[in-house]
Amino acid sequence: MNFFTLAVQTADSGTKISIGDAAVTAIFGYCVVFFGLVLLMCVLYATGAIFQSRDEKDKAAKKADATKSAETKPAVPEKKPEPVFAKGSAGHIKLHNVPDKEAAMIMAIIADKMQTPLNELHFISIKEVSKK
Amino acid sequence: MDILQTLTDLWESSGFHSFLVNGGWKNLIMIAIACVLLYLGIKKKFEPLLLVGIAFGCLLVNLSYFGPESTDALYHPDLWTNFLDHDSPYYHSYGYIMANGGLLDILYIGVKAGIYPSLIFMGVGAMTDFGPMISNPKSLLLGAAAQMGVFLAFFGAVLLGFTGNQAAAIGIIGGADGPTAIFLTTKLAPELLGPIAIAAYSYMALIPMIQPPLMRLLTTEKERKVKMEQNRVVSKTEKILFPIIVAMFVILLLPSTAPLIGCLMLGNLWRECGVTERLSDTVQNALMNIVTVFLGISVGATTAADSFLNLQTLFIIVLGLTAFCFSTIGGLLVGKLMYALTGGKINPLIGSAGVSAVPMAARVSQMEGQKANPSNFLLMHAMGPNVAGVIGSAIAAGFLLAVFGN
Repeated sequence: MNFFTLAVQTADSGTKISIGDAAVTAIFGYCVVFFGLVLLMCVLYATGAIFQSRDEKDKAAKKADATKSAETKPAVPEKKPEPVFAKGSAGHIKLHNVPDKEAAMIMAIIADKMQTPLNELHFISIKEVSKK
Repeated sequence: MDILQTLTDLWESSGFHSFLVNGGWKNLIMIAIACVLLYLGIKKKFEPLLLVGIAFGCLLVNLSYFGPESTDALYHPDLWTNFLDHDSPYYHSYGYIMANGGLLDILYIGVKAGIYPSLIFMGVGAMTDFGPMISNPKSLLLGAAAQMGVFLAFFGAVLLGFTGNQAAAIGIIGGADGPTAIFLTTKLAPELLGPIAIAAYSYMALIPMIQPPLMRLLTTEKERKVKMEQNRVVSKTEKILFPIIVAMFVILLLPSTAPLIGCLMLGNLWRECGVTERLSDTVQNALMNIVTVFLGISVGATTAADSFLNLQTLFIIVLGLTAFCFSTIGGLLVGKLMYALTGGKINPLIGSAGVSAVPMAARVSQMEGQKANPSNFLLMHAMGPNVAGVIGSAIAAGFLLAVFGN
């Protein structure tokens, strides 16, 4: 099918097109959408890979610097810093196999459902319960 | 002074008299439809920001326009017919519209010139975090798959006797993206703008009712329970580069997408670059609200009784629903394929979010995922296909515009 011809035919008044042309246009259009987004996906993978490798290099360099400085400095017993709580915070929470982000999300959802500000709730621990 | 004659003239010039002659009863039906739409927008909260404006525009035009002789009308469809008629001396004459049009004719210039939808896209770009998509580029495939309804509805519309231009405008309802639907319809089939805009926004509001049955029908309990791994963290630089890269690739691929993709990505760049907070804030809030006011009321004005009350509108409503359903199915099927190919690491429910409609469709995926597994958090995973759907529907619109728009 000649898409240029089709465009010219429909230019003036939006003429009717044959079922065959419509089918080909539909399939071709769907393919174009896939092509455009697959192309974009490849570009995103490429840029993502570049940035990830750069981040890893940065991390490795920082790690190397840290071990170098640790080797040169005399071993001084590290003093554990006092935990700093946010204003209004109710203290510690124990997380059992729950990542920080999920814990934060769970706490936010509970606060929302209870209609209570987060800093007025005291969470003691969060544990994932498996259904076994 | 002839009091009786004056009273007669007053009566004949009133809208009440116009309801009784020359098919004025159709306006009464449209007024009833406008009231139903107002009810749905206000009481049922169906996309109220736009639907209330559209419904009120519909009410205003059907209270004031009863045919070409209604010189005091707020909107004059006949002026726009001349505007589009190659043989008319007023072909493409905005000056003639400005001189002879009503308030809504003048506001409609922004729709006709494609300004409002593009500005809305700018606001959408400024409000959207593309991070979930950048961290999981595979989600672009779901955004592409969920455009299936666009092309199936296009084909269905041709089968029902619509012209190529009209079928393309109807099909884009399946993209579930209001501004894109308005943009494409204004360019290809402006006579269908009213029904298409109403169908698009109504179905977008109905996504929580349309999608879940299809999601449950096409996925197994096991698939719905899948918990997806957390995506990687996307760096600031990647987020800044993203809109520049997308604008370059997509506009080079399909130049007709430039107004939509260009504005979407400019808005996103303002959001992410970190040095234009004021602009990002203005585009997200003030500008978005102002454009929404103009867009809603001027789109509503295109629903004059003569152009709305016909069989075509009924077909558009049916085809729009079909388009939405098949777009959902397309996303789900590719989601299932990805589930199989990744050995069960991808929850196919996120596929249905590829139908654009940000963030409603992603929320539906989240809710359905949680129903199957209460510890499942699919929202951020579904946001990837969801924003990919915005780009996908713009590409679909660009393709249809390239084929039929010359």
